[in-house]
Amino acid sequence: MSTQTTPLNATHRESGAKMVDFAGWDMPIHYGSQLKEHETVRADAGMFDVSHMTVIDVAGEDATAYLQKLIANDVARLGFDGKALYSGMLNEAGGVIDDLIVYRVDTWGYRVVVNAATRDKDLAWMQQVASSFKVELQERAELAMIAVQGPNSIAKACKVIHEEWESTVKALKPFQGIALQGGWFIARTGYTGEDGLEIMLPADEAALFWKALAHAGIAPIGLAARDTLRLEAGMNLYGHDMNESISPLSAGMGWTIAWEPADRDFIGRKALEAQKAAGVAQVQVGLVFEGKGVLREGMRVVTENGDGVITSGTFSPTLKQSIAIARIPAGSSGQVSVDVRGKLEPARIVKMPFVRNGKAVFA
Amino acid sequence: MSKAPAELKYVETHEWLRLEADGSVTIGITDHAQELLGDVVYVELPAVGSVLAKDAQAGVVESVKAASDVYAPIAGEVVAINDELVGAPETVNADPYGAAWFFRIKPADASVLDGLMSADDYLGQIGA
Repeated sequence: MSTQTTPLNATHRESGAKMVDFAGWDMPIHYGSQLKEHETVRADAGMFDVSHMTVIDVAGEDATAYLQKLIANDVARLGFDGKALYSGMLNEAGGVIDDLIVYRVDTWGYRVVVNAATRDKDLAWMQQVASSFKVELQERAELAMIAVQGPNSIAKACKVIHEEWESTVKALKPFQGIALQGGWFIARTGYTGEDGLEIMLPADEAALFWKALAHAGIAPIGLAARDTLRLEAGMNLYGHDMNESISPLSAGMGWTIAWEPADRDFIGRKALEAQKAAGVAQVQVGLVFEGKGVLREGMRVVTENGDGVITSGTFSPTLKQSIAIARIPAGSSGQVSVDVRGKLEPARIVKMPFVRNGKAVFA
Repeated sequence: MSKAPAELKYVETHEWLRLEADGSVTIGITDHAQELLGDVVYVELPAVGSVLAKDAQAGVVESVKAASDVYAPIAGEVVAINDELVGAPETVNADPYGAAWFFRIKPADASVLDGLMSADDYLGQIGA
């Protein structure tokens, strides 16, 4: 398969981005220093090209019933137009096919955003489940997506969006979006633990809008800082913190499962109920490192109840120490050890997130 | 574009070496190495007085994204380490051939440097 590019590819190269392959896409990993980019998002405003992500609109008279079958969270909880929900899309065994955001959009139904790396299998699965519902799925590959994140990001972005949209955008509640004219969609969501917007817009308008955002003082941020930001925010990354063989109950996603109403038979429900009845053996925790080095994905975690594994690890630019997301035997608390290339080093179990709105918040 | 000063020697594992007037050899990692690593956040150095074999692990350098071992390109006793680097690992990105030296080795025989790569050889090898 040839490498895919977003509508902003040339813009990134002009900005001196270091480009890498990400799930078949040629994407910016950083524009010089991932640490500086991280700090910019925590303290001011940064923007990310997330056009590689897959946007799928769901329409049709069964749209609600379909999504209530397809995902573990319940779209009936979306109380008003534009409201967003985070959910896992599970297989029958209760494994996570992908995680996603779904927005209620009263004009046509729902908008679903899934990961780029899982696009093909997600679409195939969604089509398969759709065959028993009156729904139409439409991939919106013609849309670009730009996330602006950071304490000053909304104010700065509002200087360059259409004037008549400004008050609407400023009035958006967290986890609410709105479909606007000309194919634009703006939502107050993100993947950094900071306030901000995710903006979907026609691909041919993306480069000009990106440059306008830059002119408004929003710095470009690469995928490397996106990863440290989401990890500090305690947010999962698909394929690392969870996958098809890992239960959402072992991946910190219990809160995304809508058990009520009890008769909503979403895919994976029976398997999850059986797991719950039997007792969940492994749980997700945050780790703050107190040893030497940096925690990395795949490292063994030694607890009093047996071994676990680090699913995402990094150096936290905000905390100036290493942090990780780990999956460990249930019932562990306090201190654990991590096998850092043959040496057992101390780490402490904490409740995530590590950082929210620029401040350390873990306990 | 990676830099490699002409007065230094280089090895395949991306360390540079400089022969000092007192016969000791200063060792660090190259500009190319720090570029590959990205922002460096952690450095571990050998103990002064330890005796290292050629190609033995001498330290660790970790960036936000990756961990990498630092090797002793020549055998000898460690006579000095750059303690300041441990507290300011970002120096590796800012000044890889200057303030970010890692450690100094006293080789049994300074002629061991003769067989190592020149700057041109090294730049050729990394395709710069």
